[in-house]
Amino acid sequence: MTAPTPAPAPTATPGLPAARIAPPALINAEVADDSLAIVLREVLGGIVAVIRKDLLVEWRARAQIVALLGFAAVVLLLFSFAVGPDSVTLAAHAGGYLWLALLLASTLLLARSLQTEVESGALESLLLAPVRAPSIFYGKAVANTILLGLVSVVALPLDLAITGATVISPGPLLGILALGAAGIAAPGTFYAALTARVAGKQLLLPLLLFPLIVPALLAAVKSTTLTMTGDPMGQLPSWIALLVAFDLIYWSLCGLLFERVIET
Amino acid sequence: MTHRSYIVGAVLLAIGFATMAVGHFIGLFVAPREAMMGDVGRILYVHVPTAWGALLLYSGAFIAAIGSMWTGRRGWDAATTAMVEAGTVMTFLLLVQGSLWARPTWGTYWTWDPRLTTSAVLAAAFGVVLLLRRLIDQPARRAMATSVATIVAFVDVPIVYFSVKWWNSLHQPVSNLGSVDSPMMQPLLIAAIAIMFIGAGLSILRFRIELARLVAEEAAPDLPDMPDPLHLEGSDKPVQAEGSPS
Repeated sequence: MTAPTPAPAPTATPGLPAARIAPPALINAEVADDSLAIVLREVLGGIVAVIRKDLLVEWRARAQIVALLGFAAVVLLLFSFAVGPDSVTLAAHAGGYLWLALLLASTLLLARSLQTEVESGALESLLLAPVRAPSIFYGKAVANTILLGLVSVVALPLDLAITGATVISPGPLLGILALGAAGIAAPGTFYAALTARVAGKQLLLPLLLFPLIVPALLAAVKSTTLTMTGDPMGQLPSWIALLVAFDLIYWSLCGLLFERVIET
Repeated sequence: MTHRSYIVGAVLLAIGFATMAVGHFIGLFVAPREAMMGDVGRILYVHVPTAWGALLLYSGAFIAAIGSMWTGRRGWDAATTAMVEAGTVMTFLLLVQGSLWARPTWGTYWTWDPRLTTSAVLAAAFGVVLLLRRLIDQPARRAMATSVATIVAFVDVPIVYFSVKWWNSLHQPVSNLGSVDSPMMQPLLIAAIAIMFIGAGLSILRFRIELARLVAEEAAPDLPDMPDPLHLEGSDKPVQAEGSPS
């Protein structure tokens, strides 16, 4: 799109801009590096690197992710024990059990994702690497979304088996799982960073996260239930829209504020 | 010299309570009975202004939180805390009043109505901000955490409201200047003005206390929980200032 016509280039070079840009470029290469395209590439590269790093860390310590899956499974079982063996009730609430199990499991996952960084002082090294703060946030949030998505994909069949619910529209359900996982992961990663250095973090993270997550939880549970019981009123699109809106708002807001959180 | 703002806060509170007394006198004895709910409907004169007050205080806290994050100044931090705290008190009052009103009119103390649920979520979200604040020792980090958590919680308010509204609805239509009949309008407005004064007075007093606390903390940072005043060579920070060991 830039296709420079011969006219603007010569008029620009002898004028003021060239004189301003040239000297700093000689003294300090970084000033010239601040063009938008380069920053964007840097941020995206950082995101990919952080995702790879986080997933690799999880892979190397895969006993922990297995333990997390076990935790989600046990929570699912406990819900059915608490409700009783009435299969109609169980099937009607299958969506709710699934999301509560995921939400409870997520606090363990999210807390760990930043605890390891803070405990070993890795966060400072990461910032000095240098990785920009938004890259760290989005990288971690995406990695947590992937891991949560993994937990949900394992928990879903278990949920269906325990409750006897059936999935009518599997395509939308997979999308809802991804959107819901993203909805938990973004504010969750953010609050995990905020509480990582606070004394009562194990308690604070869920306390901060759960009230905030109410709209996402509502939308995810409602839409998941609709994919299981059928959607005669055509409500599914509006619940998915709510979930998307929640994701958009918190992925951008938390990304904006994360730098402040991590550098203070 | 700091006494003046104490006096201002106390005067605002006194005006607020006096106005409140006038408003409630009119509301209880002069204004007509509500057509459907009878005398129970008179709780409107305290319930609706409380809701307005809470929302105003949270909006103020949101603005102060942005100021605190932007400038990093102590005053904004203290203002955020003051208004979050006053707003949380009003939200809890709101929940109690709402339950008292709901019991005779809806037949239950609690329903999953949008405004009721949003208030409960708000009370939880902003209450936790205050808890978070208590648990962080380092002033700069505490100010940052307070402002950031306040901003995030405030942004959640409309989302929670609309999601719960879609989910379930029973609450009577929102009471505003258009939906309330004129003889009931007067006490409602007076009570609303009273609540504004009380909210402002509480915030100013609380702001002054918080600011004094922050100043004192900066003057003598080692006083509260620093058992070992050891400083590392070449570091200007006390060794344990982070509060990180979990």
